[in-house]
Amino acid sequence: MIHIQDLHKSYQMGSSSLHVLKGINLQIDEGELVAIMGSSGSGKSTLLNILGMLDSGDSGSYTLDNTLIKNLDETKAAKYRNKFLGFVFQSFNLINYKNAIENVALPLYYQGFSRKDRLKKALDYLEKVGLKNWATHLPNELSGGQKQRVAIARSLVTEPKVLLADEPTGALDSKTSKEVMQLIQNINNEGKTILVVTHETDIANMCKRIVHLKDGVIVEDQKVNQVIL
Amino acid sequence: MIKIIFDRDTWQEIFGSIRKNKLRTVITVIGVLWGIFIYIALSGAAKGLDNGFERQFEDVAINSMFAWAQRTSIPYKGFKTGRSLQLKLEDATILQNQIPSIEFIAPRNAKGVFGGGEGATIVYQQKSGKYPIYGDFPIFTKIASKKIYDGGRFINDNDILLDRKVCVIGEQTQKELFEKDSDPIGKFIRIDNIYFQVIGLHKYVPGGGFEGDGDIFIPFSTYRKLYNTGDEVDWFAIAAYDDADVVKTEEDVKAVLKKTHQVHPDDERAFGTFNLGEIFNRIIGFSKGMTFLSLIVGIATIIAGVIGIGNILLISVKERTKELGVRRALGATPREVRLQIIMESVFLTLIAGMFGIVLGAFVLFGIDKATQNLSDFPYTNPTVPIPFVIGALVIMVVLGTLIGLIPAQRAVSIKPIDALREE
Repeated sequence: MIHIQDLHKSYQMGSSSLHVLKGINLQIDEGELVAIMGSSGSGKSTLLNILGMLDSGDSGSYTLDNTLIKNLDETKAAKYRNKFLGFVFQSFNLINYKNAIENVALPLYYQGFSRKDRLKKALDYLEKVGLKNWATHLPNELSGGQKQRVAIARSLVTEPKVLLADEPTGALDSKTSKEVMQLIQNINNEGKTILVVTHETDIANMCKRIVHLKDGVIVEDQKVNQVIL
Repeated sequence: MIKIIFDRDTWQEIFGSIRKNKLRTVITVIGVLWGIFIYIALSGAAKGLDNGFERQFEDVAINSMFAWAQRTSIPYKGFKTGRSLQLKLEDATILQNQIPSIEFIAPRNAKGVFGGGEGATIVYQQKSGKYPIYGDFPIFTKIASKKIYDGGRFINDNDILLDRKVCVIGEQTQKELFEKDSDPIGKFIRIDNIYFQVIGLHKYVPGGGFEGDGDIFIPFSTYRKLYNTGDEVDWFAIAAYDDADVVKTEEDVKAVLKKTHQVHPDDERAFGTFNLGEIFNRIIGFSKGMTFLSLIVGIATIIAGVIGIGNILLISVKERTKELGVRRALGATPREVRLQIIMESVFLTLIAGMFGIVLGAFVLFGIDKATQNLSDFPYTNPTVPIPFVIGALVIMVVLGTLIGLIPAQRAVSIKPIDALREE
C-alpha cells in the first residue's frame, strides 16, 4: 500500500540546513496498523507530513497504492489527499461553527457530492463511531473523546486508502484514549490501513507493528503482539 | 461555479466566518454602506437639482432670448453717437424672414417693468392697485407658456384683430382686488380708466425671469391704442428652433437689427439681448458638473469602504489560517479556498451596498418630502437613475472581487502544513 524508498528531507534554517530524514525505507501493506514512534525531533512528524502529501521529500520515492507521488502541485495534492488519505489530528481540528454531521460531510463537499448524499453518508459514519445522536451538536458541545470520534468519522467518510493519525490521543485522558484506540482497532479490523504517530508506548502497543525513528532513521521496525481493547 | 454559488454549504461557510466576529463585520460593512449611501444620496441630490433647474425653465422655451433697443455708441452714416433707437413692429417680420433659425417671435410692450414708469392703475369696485401691464400677441405663449387656470384663456388672434378690451390677470391681482371665492372671469375691471373684461387668470410661475404674479396681459393692439404707442415695440421675445444654435441666432438678430436701424455693425451697445438658452446651457453644465462630482465622490467613498472589507478579510484569513489548513488537508483545492474568500468579500460588499441603497433612497425620499412645497427652491424629485444604481452594484462586485483576491491569495500562499501547525 505504502512504499517509501531512500527518502531524504532537510529544512533550510537560515544558512545552515537541518537534515531531518536521512534515508527512510518503509513498506506498509494493506490492512496494517502501524505505530510510528520516536522522541520529538526524530522526524516522525515530517515523515507523516510527507506521507500525507502536506510536504514533499527532497529525494527518494513515495508510492501510494501503486501511484508514484511526485511533483505535486497544490491542486493535485489536494485531490490526492481527498481521494487517498484520511487525517486525524491531535487537536481534532473540527470547524467550530459547523455541527458534527457537517464537519463529517465536509470532505465530501470537496468531492462534489450533493448535499443530500453528503449528509446521508456522514450520518452513516457518525453512527459507526457511535455519535449518531450527537449529529447536530457543535464541537464545543462535545467532549474531547467525542470530538476525536467525529474527526475519525470525518477522516473515514471519503473511504480513503490510508488513515493518518497524528498523536490522536495526545489531547485525551487515558480512559478516552483507550476508547479512541479501540475505535481505531475496529476500523483496522475492517481492513483499513492505519498509521498512528505517537510517543506513548502503551498506545503504540495497541498497534500491530511499531516503527521506531531516531535522528531521521528507522532504528527498529517490528511486529508486536497487539493489545486488543 | 454556479453550483458553488447556489450550494447551501457555500453560504454556510460565508455566514460561519462572518458570525465569528459580528461586531467587526458590522463595522466593516458600515464602511461600504456609507460609501454607497453617499453615492446614492449625492447623485440623487444632484439629479434633484437638475430636475429643479429644469422645472424653473419648463415654462420658457429654453432656447429663447429677448432683444431690446438702446442707444448707439458709434457714429454711422451721418448719425451721431448716442442716438436712441426704437424697435418697430415691422422688425419682427424682417427678423423672421431673414433668420431661418427663429421659430417664434413675439413683440411685446410693457409698463411698470424695466424702469418703464409705473404700472397701470387697476380698479375693481372699491379696490385698486398698480400692476405691471403687458401688451402681447398670442404667439407669446409659444415662447413662455402661461398657466391659465379656472377655465379662462390667454389672448387669442380675434382679440388682436378686434382690438378687444380683454385682459388676463394674475393670482396676486385676483387676491388683492377680488373677494375670496368670487370668480373674476367675465368681470370687468378698470385699467387706467378703461373697462376691460377679465378672460383668464394666470398662475404664478417661479423662475421665468422678471415676470411676477401681478402681471396683467392685454392684447398688443389694444395696448397700443390705450397708450398710444403706434408701431413701437419695447422688446422682442424670440424662440429659436430646438436644434438651432442660440448663440448664433442671438448674433444674427443683433446684426439684422443693426442693419435695419442703420447702426454701425461693430456697435455693441445699440441693441441689448438676453439669451435664456445660453444661461440655461450654463446651468445644465453646472448641474452636469454636480452630477459628475457626486459620482466621483460616491465612487471614491465606495472604494474606501471596499478597501476596508479587504483589510478585514486579511485579518480574518490570518485568524482562520488553521481552519483553512484543515480544509486543505481534507481536500480543498487552492481554487476552492480562494473562491470562498472572494465570495465572502463580494457578499459583504453587496449586503452593505443594498443597505446603503435602501438608506440612501430613504434619505432622498425625506428630502423630496421636505422640499416638495418649496417652489422657489430649485429642487425637484431627487432620484437616482437605475443605470447608476446598477453601475454601483457592478462596481461593488468588481471591487469586492478584486479586493478579495488579496486575502484569498494570502490564504492559499500559506502551505497547508504550516497552516496546520499554526496555533
